[in-house]
Order: sequence, then structure tokens, then C-alpha cells
Amino acid sequence: MEYQAKELFAKHGVATTLGTVVETAEAAKAAAEAIGGVTVIKAQVKAGGRGKAGGVKLAKTADEAFEHASNILGMEIKGLTVNRVLVTPATPPQEEYYFSFLLDRANRQYLCIASVEGGVEIEEVAKTNPDAVKQIAVDPGAGVDEAKAREIATEAKFPEPVFEQAVEMIQALYKTFVEEDATLVEVNPLARLEGDKLEALDGKVSLDDNASEVRHPHHEEFVIREEADPLEAKAKDLGLNYVKLDGQVGIIGNGAGLVMSTLDVVAYAGENHGGVKPANFLDIGGGANAQVMANGLDVILNDPQVKSVFVNVFGGITACDEVANGIKGALEILGDAATKPLVVRLDGNNVEKGREILAELAHPLVTVVGTMDGAADKAAELANA
Amino acid sequence: MSIYLNKDSKIIVQGITGGMGSKHTTLMLQAGSNIVGGVNARKAGTTVELNGTEQPVFGTVAEAMKETGADVSVVFVPPAFTKAACIEAIDAGIGLLVVITEGVPVQDTAEVWSYLQSEANHAGTRMIGPNCPGIITPEESLAGITPHTIAGKGPIGLVSKSGTLTYQMMYELKDFGFSTAIGIGGDPIIGTTHIDALAAFEADPETKAIVMIGEIGGDAEERAAAFIKDNVTKPVVGYVAGFTAPEGKTMGHAGAIVSGSAGTAQAKKEALEAVGVKVGKTPSETAELMREVMKAL
Repeated sequence: MEYQAKELFAKHGVATTLGTVVETAEAAKAAAEAIGGVTVIKAQVKAGGRGKAGGVKLAKTADEAFEHASNILGMEIKGLTVNRVLVTPATPPQEEYYFSFLLDRANRQYLCIASVEGGVEIEEVAKTNPDAVKQIAVDPGAGVDEAKAREIATEAKFPEPVFEQAVEMIQALYKTFVEEDATLVEVNPLARLEGDKLEALDGKVSLDDNASEVRHPHHEEFVIREEADPLEAKAKDLGLNYVKLDGQVGIIGNGAGLVMSTLDVVAYAGENHGGVKPANFLDIGGGANAQVMANGLDVILNDPQVKSVFVNVFGGITACDEVANGIKGALEILGDAATKPLVVRLDGNNVEKGREILAELAHPLVTVVGTMDGAADKAAELANA
Repeated sequence: MSIYLNKDSKIIVQGITGGMGSKHTTLMLQAGSNIVGGVNARKAGTTVELNGTEQPVFGTVAEAMKETGADVSVVFVPPAFTKAACIEAIDAGIGLLVVITEGVPVQDTAEVWSYLQSEANHAGTRMIGPNCPGIITPEESLAGITPHTIAGKGPIGLVSKSGTLTYQMMYELKDFGFSTAIGIGGDPIIGTTHIDALAAFEADPETKAIVMIGEIGGDAEERAAAFIKDNVTKPVVGYVAGFTAPEGKTMGHAGAIVSGSAGTAQAKKEALEAVGVKVGKTPSETAELMREVMKAL
């Protein structure tokens, strides 16, 4: 969100005005009073087009700030409820620019995108006047030093009065990009304010989850719990890779590719069984043990939409006997609370042991099917029963 | 013949003493791989007993290569140390670097890739991964975690972003067997790409047909399609996972995000079909398409 991006900007020396984040109209009024003069009330959600949706309003007085904040708080922007607004001093820009650093997957390097024409409508500028949007490759090994920042500022044609500030800001933004392990650092608009002062008026930072896990534990603070689906939040707390969908067949598998493929196969099988669909994506990952499997089942069986569950595992790192023990353990814990049928397909690492464990268990809710297609069909049939 | 890996490959394991490293070194030995030792700076000079063999542990990759003649390294070190492990192996001049580790920060991989492009990579190291199952030339050698029992040697070359879909497809086509099966990994930045593997399979006389497995996100499959059009004469059958994935949701792999129309399974399928690649909607349908191709050969 904007205010979080600005916090990261400020931390790394990018010129910006933080403003005050509030959750009530009363607090917005107080913040506007404290700031004094004209303020901007901005909806804080992870979505673009907030202005167009009516989520950004200018307030001449503190009472107006109260009024706008009451209207904006609770509104929906692209399906997201606004729970916070940012109150900042209104600083009308003389000119608006665009600037970003991002991961360029296709070329396996970083890319800087800069334009001194138009800020907010950058996509439009890219279409109508592509020459005005400069793309400058950045070698991840070499990074951005002052010389590179000058090269970028020159290429982007930052005007003379703000050129030196741009060189500074480019270095600070690159520092933000690298030190926070971002995949995107975007300033839009990058504003030239009165007195030729360059400032990040709005921005966006996307962080790399892998890096947050490995070396940025504080990034956890940026996660806003209330926006997540409750089952997704629970799964996240359990360290599971889970996405809630709309269907009736719960899916657990190992490996993102196989699980996505399982969603496809179940959706196709559902066409013959009343149109049932996958209820979720859940990848228990490589090397999952019995506990992870049990946690996964716990999340899925608590989804009231789920009518049947399909466990599809092809063990590489993951051992099938661990998966089978996880199913066994989860069913023991659930006891009589377990009412939904499970269709299990196991192959790969330790498959014989895994199948033996399930055969010995002989649980009335568990059906073991030999093939992925066959198991998907069975799970869809049971979901439609 | 095969690509990148064969029975003469001498393999070392970076992280051989760790849980994953020792477990999978045992499985690699069972697959017939010629494992010649491992690396762990803190346990240099010791040995580990794995699958009835005594594996020497060296302090550095350079030392391991000097003592054993190793030309392949498989990396099982934790994500925080993966970048350093890769740089060390590249500096030592390893021929093939297979990075299994999942969860490597993408900027680390970007830096390693930049290093591979620089003069520092004097030996021309090829990296596979990270976040991949590695590579198997059945009945010869395994450098990675693919179960070696799924399928034997044969005329099909396989390249896949996804590990478990590699296994699934090998299973579906086990009656034919594989020249080499390579899992390139699903991270946003990877060393060896679909295109690299397609070019290698095209040049490999043992490979008669190629299966290419992709998934939603990015445009690697579209670029592979363009490459196939101009450079690949062997039949290619494709599969793309994620036809039914909803837009804007991340499905596990950092790469697997659908946003807008680009990067969808449908768009990838169409790009591949436009250059004559037959694309299945499920793994079993893809295997059927490959059967037809093999029959016609």
C-alpha cells in the first residue's frame, strides 16, 4: 500500500511526505488539523485507479477531511474494502514524472523505466508516445552507482533544475529496491513541486517473498491480515501455500505445477459431474512431512464449500509414506468430525509403503485410486453426490 | 547420447552433510550416479557413509574438483547460502551446476545469472535451476531429486518448469522412456531455459521427439514457440498447466501468476500450436499426443 511504500522510501532516503494513516473519519479530521491548510485524503488499498474510483479527495478544511474520510472509509475499490486513509498535505505538482525499477524476467536482469511525460497515465503514454518512456537495463551484478544514475537521468531527460535531485533519488530508489529485496519499486507520480523540489507523491513496492523469509523478518509487518480470506489467513499461519477458489472439490498436492494441473483435470472431470470445480489450490511443497499433510487437510476440511477432497501426490522429495501418515493422523485427530470423502492418488518416492499404510487404515472415507484422471473423476463424482 | 549429463559425469554435492543433501545423495547413488564426494567447509577432511559408499567431504568446490575430477555439482544448501555456493562453484569452473534449493531470493539468482554472463565464468558453467528437480539421464546418471524408478532410457527428451509434472509425464510415457528429462524450475529467473534444452535435444541424435511442459505466468513458452519455429525439426508435444487458474492469483511458483491475457495457459497453448506443437489439455492427453507422434515416426 501507498503508505507502506512511502515508509520504505523514507527509510532509504527517497524524498517523500509520509502523511498520517488513520482508520476513522475523526482521526482524519484531527490529522488534517495538525497538518494545516489543504490536505489530500487517499484510500489505502492494494489497487491502482484509486483516484478514478473516488478514493482520493482534496480537503480544504478539517471538516471537509472528515466528510471525505467518512465517504472513502468502507468503500470498495476493485473488490477491496478501504479500511484506512492517508492524510497528506496537498502539494500540487508543477510536473509529473514516472520512475520504476523492476525485475525483468525475460532478460534475467533489472530494468529501469522512466518518463518525464505524464505520471499517472503512464500506460497511456507508453501506447501513444512510446519514445517518451525510456527503458534502461540494469546489470544486477554492477547495480546503480552515481555514474549509472546520471546515465539514467540523462536518458530519461530529467530537466536541469531537478536533475541533481533525480540522480540522488534514483540511487535512493535503487537502494530501496536492493536492500528490501523488491521485485518492483515504483514512483508514480514523481512530482516536481513548487520551488523545483522533487518528491515521490505516490508509490508502490512489491517484495520478494523468498527474500522476506530469508533475510527480512520485519516485512511480516506489511501483511494486512484483515484483507485475507480467513481460510487463507489460517493456511498462511500454518506455512501452507493455499489459495481459496469457488468450487466443491478440495485439492491437496505437491509441487505448484502438479497442483495447477490437478485443478485443470478436476475442472474437466467436473464437466461430467454437475459442473463441480476445484475449491482451492494447496501445494504442500517439497519434502512435506505428516504434520504438513495433516495441517493441509485441516484447512480444507474446514471449508464449508468442500464436498470431497482429492489428494494428488507424486513424491520426489516428498515421501508417500509421510503423506499417508499425514492423512491417517489428520483422520485420527478429526475422529467423528471427519465426514467428507477423500480420494487419494499416490506415486513416486516410497509409494508402496504409502499405499500399504492407507490399505491398513481401511478408513471408510478414504478411496485410493491408481491414476490422476481416475482419481479426479472419483473426487468430482463424490462432490456431486 | 543424452544432454548435459551421462554415465561419465562425476558429481559432487554441495551440502552433502545436510538432511536433504545426504538423503538425496543416497537416492542419486541408487540411481547409478557417479557421486565422487561433497562439499561442506566445516566438515572438510571427514567422510560420510551413504548407500554403502564412503564419500569424502571437501572444504571447497575447487578442492573437490581437483581431487576427484568432478564436472557436475548439485546444490542442496539452504536458500540464504545458495548464492555464495553458486559463485564458489562458478569460480572453481564447474561444468554443470544443478541448483535444487527452493526459496532462493530472486535478486540472488539475478546476481548469479549476471556472474554467469561475466568473464568470471571462464569455464562456461551451465546452471540448471534454482528451485528445480534437476536432471536425469535414465539408467546413466541423476543429478537432482527425480525418482529414478519412474521411467527408463528411451527416445523422448523432456523439459519442464515443474518438478512434479516432470514425474507425472515420465510416468505417463514410461513405456517409451527418456533420453534426458530436465526440470528447469519455476522461479522468475532460472539458468537453463526451455529454449536451451530444446536446442540441446534438437542436437542430440538419441532424442527423437520432445515433450515441453510449461505453466502459467511469464512468456517463456511463447519465446520457446518462436524458437521452435525456426530451429527445431523434431516433433514437439506440449503441455501447459493452469488452464483453470483464476486471474491475479499467485499459485505457488513465483513465476505462476496470471494477470491479464498474457501469460495464460490458453495464450501459451495457442502460441505453441501456431508453430506446429501439439498441446494436450491434461498430462494424460499430452501423453496420448506423444504416442501418436511416436507411432508416426
